[in-house]
Amino acid sequence: MSTTTGTLTSPRGGRRAVDLVVRVLVYVSALIAIAPLVWILVSIVAEGLPAILSASWWTQDLAGTTDRRAGGGALHAIIGTLEIGLVTAVVAVPVAVMGAIFLIEYARGTRWARLVSFTVDILSGIPSIVAALFVYTLLITLLGLGRSAVAASLALVLLMLPTVLRSTEEMLKLVPDSLREAAYALGLPKWKTVVQVVIPTAFSGIATGVILGLARVMGETAPLLILVAYARNLYLSPTTSNMGTLPTMINSGRNVAETLPGYSRVWGAALTLILLVMGLNLLARGVARAGRLKDR
Amino acid sequence: MAKRIEVEDLDVYYGSFQAVAGVSLVVEPRTVTAFIGPSGCGKSTVLRTLNRMHEVIPGAYAKGRVSLDGVDLYGPGVDPVAVRRLVGMVFQRPNPFPSMSIYDNVAAGLKLNGTRNKQELDETVERSLRGANLWNEVKDRLNRAGTSLSGGQQQRLCIARAIAVRPDVILMDEPCSALDPISTLAIEDLIGELKEQYTVVIVTHNMQQASRVSDRTAFFNLEAQGLPGRLIEINDTETIFSNPSLKATEDYITGRFG
Repeated sequence: MSTTTGTLTSPRGGRRAVDLVVRVLVYVSALIAIAPLVWILVSIVAEGLPAILSASWWTQDLAGTTDRRAGGGALHAIIGTLEIGLVTAVVAVPVAVMGAIFLIEYARGTRWARLVSFTVDILSGIPSIVAALFVYTLLITLLGLGRSAVAASLALVLLMLPTVLRSTEEMLKLVPDSLREAAYALGLPKWKTVVQVVIPTAFSGIATGVILGLARVMGETAPLLILVAYARNLYLSPTTSNMGTLPTMINSGRNVAETLPGYSRVWGAALTLILLVMGLNLLARGVARAGRLKDR
Repeated sequence: MAKRIEVEDLDVYYGSFQAVAGVSLVVEPRTVTAFIGPSGCGKSTVLRTLNRMHEVIPGAYAKGRVSLDGVDLYGPGVDPVAVRRLVGMVFQRPNPFPSMSIYDNVAAGLKLNGTRNKQELDETVERSLRGANLWNEVKDRLNRAGTSLSGGQQQRLCIARAIAVRPDVILMDEPCSALDPISTLAIEDLIGELKEQYTVVIVTHNMQQASRVSDRTAFFNLEAQGLPGRLIEINDTETIFSNPSLKATEDYITGRFG
């Protein structure tokens, strides 16, 4: 009896001290991890807000303005980032989703699947500059084509492909085999089972992965620096050699003096890019939540 | 509609492992046949060979003959997809399609195989849900998700989905093992009605269930772990449960082993 009550009393001083030290350490570590992020966010919002609040920010490009002259906006860069992102997604998503379907639905457990999986793992580890130089070598050095927005998109495809393929694979794995069997038992051929039962069941998860993959490549800078020239004017054609994008807009203004209007545009571009990526993340959450509700 | 199943000298393998050896049996149309036996004796495997569902598992194959009204299901040129349209299946756990409504779950077999006629679909859905004793419970919420139903309702939804494609035979692999007693009773009543139109084969671990719902009972057993399962005895359910011809059957039924 006495030993039992002994363990129930509060811990001795030593143990309490250890508890306190560890607790403080954990809190401080969390603070250290969060502090730089908050700092970055606060300074970008503080410095960038005035720029993006002007009406011309969203409706005009920088044609006819200089870093010394106020006015103009980031329309060229916003459109450029969205367009390059869209072209990237149009190429990467079908390949990634169909690749994942191949790996999970058709080649699961085979040597082929392991080989492709291994390749995808390697691909997901390559730095963006290597992807950019690979496309540069292929399209520009070997094939003699010029730099273009499409070339930048192709480099981004190499970066987006493995993330979307992996996330789609995970989502397809989550679809229980019992659903596939149920479909087979109704006399559905395999491809219809995949298209009509497996994909719809995993759809919200696949869509979430696609959006997150897109958000990730939209902030990539190296391929844009190498494969497409920055332009201050709005260009719409994907084959144009000059196109403004938000990351390269930030880069182009990095040497502007603090007192000039061009300086606040750099912060504005950074804030716009963050808002864009955040918007995509929120969209992904919304899609994921919509999918969950349907399950109930 | 209902058809006669004949199994002759069936062996089933999973890769190099032989799961079932030398099974021969006949299932008459418009009857309920129960497969009983201890776990691992191959009764589910035999059930799955009746609509070639075992082929879904990589490396699985069958030898011997399974015929439906004399047509060999394993004959050259026979499409397993076509076989499964004739021989439907209900699984151990209710598995409605989560991305589909109640209506679409029942209509899935027809819709996904190309039927677009709205009237035909409506009629099939109602007929099938009535056939599965679920119509009155769900007729006002056909657009709700199939997964919003209770477990027992989901299983009846799966039965409705199976009969919607008008199969000749319905296979049931322990259809009540994940259900409470009241839902189980509903399914058992339903099986009694289904046999008026279909040939039903049911795998069950529940002896009372086998004696309640089936006309014929097949007892499977295996001599030891790692050896293939065999059909020990098949007879009228009444005979199997009151006067089995083999000691092993009697021991299993009376609960002395297994």
